[in-house]
Amino acid sequence: MAVIETDQLAKSYRVYRKKEGLGASLAGLFRREYREVEAVRGIDLRVEEGEFVAFLGPNGAGKTTTLKLLSGVITPTAGTARVLGHVPWRRENAYRRRFALVMGQKNQLWWDLPAAESFRLHQEIYCIERDRFGQTCHELCEMLGVEHLLGQPVRELSLGERMRMELIAALLHSPEVLFLDEPTIGLDVVAQHTIQQFLREYQRLRRVTILLTSHYMRDVAALCRRVVIIAAGRIIYDGPLDGITGHFSGQKIVSLQLADGEMPTGLERLGEVLESRPPKVRICVPRGEVTRVLTHIFAHCAVQDVSVEDPPLDAVIAEVFSRS
Amino acid sequence: MITRPATYWTVLFISLQERLVYRGEFAMSTLMRFLPIITQIFLWQAIFSAIEVERGSETIAGYTFHGMIAYYLLTTISRAFSSMPGLASGIARDIRDGTVKKFLIQPIDMVSFLLVRRLAHKLVYYMVALGPFALVFFLFRGFFEGWPEPHVFAGFVLSLLLAFLLGFFLEATLGMIGFWFLEVTSLMFVYMLLNFFFSGHMFPIDLLPGIWGDLVRLLPLQYLAYFPAAVFLGRVSGPALAAGLATQFAWVVFFAVAARVAFHFGVRRYSGFGG
Repeated sequence: MAVIETDQLAKSYRVYRKKEGLGASLAGLFRREYREVEAVRGIDLRVEEGEFVAFLGPNGAGKTTTLKLLSGVITPTAGTARVLGHVPWRRENAYRRRFALVMGQKNQLWWDLPAAESFRLHQEIYCIERDRFGQTCHELCEMLGVEHLLGQPVRELSLGERMRMELIAALLHSPEVLFLDEPTIGLDVVAQHTIQQFLREYQRLRRVTILLTSHYMRDVAALCRRVVIIAAGRIIYDGPLDGITGHFSGQKIVSLQLADGEMPTGLERLGEVLESRPPKVRICVPRGEVTRVLTHIFAHCAVQDVSVEDPPLDAVIAEVFSRS
Repeated sequence: MITRPATYWTVLFISLQERLVYRGEFAMSTLMRFLPIITQIFLWQAIFSAIEVERGSETIAGYTFHGMIAYYLLTTISRAFSSMPGLASGIARDIRDGTVKKFLIQPIDMVSFLLVRRLAHKLVYYMVALGPFALVFFLFRGFFEGWPEPHVFAGFVLSLLLAFLLGFFLEATLGMIGFWFLEVTSLMFVYMLLNFFFSGHMFPIDLLPGIWGDLVRLLPLQYLAYFPAAVFLGRVSGPALAAGLATQFAWVVFFAVAARVAFHFGVRRYSGFGG
């Protein structure tokens, strides 16, 4: 059975359109122009139990809006959704005890008190038995290496340490579904790696269903096999991570190591020259042209080494985002 | 929404700890609230002297100078229960910056949570303010005509507790307006102004003449400052006391429902601001 299922899920907002200048501000006191922003336009999504799905898209594509809809923070304009059999925006306690939402940019812990106090409150809010709470809390703290920080006020923790505490707070009630909205935003490489490792290990042990949004392809590559790309409120790709390049990029990168270090002429007619520092040359060529281009190069240059690769995933994603 | 009492006990316990973190700042702000008492006493002294010279009268609307000071001191107690600094603006801020999401995601009721947090806030406040209050009332003991009858005193205590609840639910309702307008600072300014004049904090509302007095008596604001003080001073007694307490209770229920209705409808149009 699908854990998350949406059918033509849509959400639009009415936003105030303010023109520039003081005059427009004054006019806005009497008459305002609004426009309808369709943040999510009919999303059909099905996520099975235990899947770790990355939700990618440029800023404003509708990722966070979708997570807010699935966690019941907002009500849709149209369409339906069921998570663990519940309609999220009914906000039933039975549902709220079964999922968690972690937002990288939002702090849910009590700022002036040690994280242990927030954890204790979560124990009560989620009705977690004392023994189970102690065991889960200990396990999570150990996995994330923060046991020694439990007594320190949250405001005195580093961003990375705080994020780890946020994750623990969200997981204390052992949610079956976890929504992660940019959990590694602003973190350094080491902290990102720690969180990635933790999430991978936690998901492996608990088989929890996770929907992750992140702008860091490193997160996605490390954690998710399935990727959903959303642009302008619509899903434009839903498939394996390694299928993205084939789906969106009609290009291949041909890297050459020339034997004589002399730059051959007419390369730019074969494709886009990405690097030209003889003896190293890199050309981006249409996928279907690779054989023809290589034949041409071998006929005209002395080549020591050659490789043909897909463009880097980051570049493909960036291109998809900019096109959308 | 049913949540276990133990949950709110924990909220209370944690809120108490939170309030005690910045103990210096908290003690300072609490003590600063006693300063206006001195200026008010001088002000009333000047007003009574002027009236005595002009009209040869020693009372204003039945209040002697001593009675007026006793009334004023009692309203400071009423307000120690009913004033809710930062509640409405805090709710509106949480709506604007998205912090309110926490209450939509977690199985806890926002209004009850805020009520318990405010209770902790008040308990710490009383702990700090008890000494100064005792000192002020001891110094001005000559302005009072002695302790009221036990049943009147019980009415006074009950009216203070209801004043706390009324103040909380009234401001919580105002804060929920943030779901529609996001910014409630000006609205709060108007409310504070009305509260200052019509709750009986600035002067007893029986001083207001004719229709103005009648209108103000229709508002719930008098139950925040005037009513408990009037009960203590015996200005409201017998059936009027019972009717007053019943009306105060009815206003508490009204705003408790209003806060929840506003939350219910506000959440529906909420856009989940702030990422």
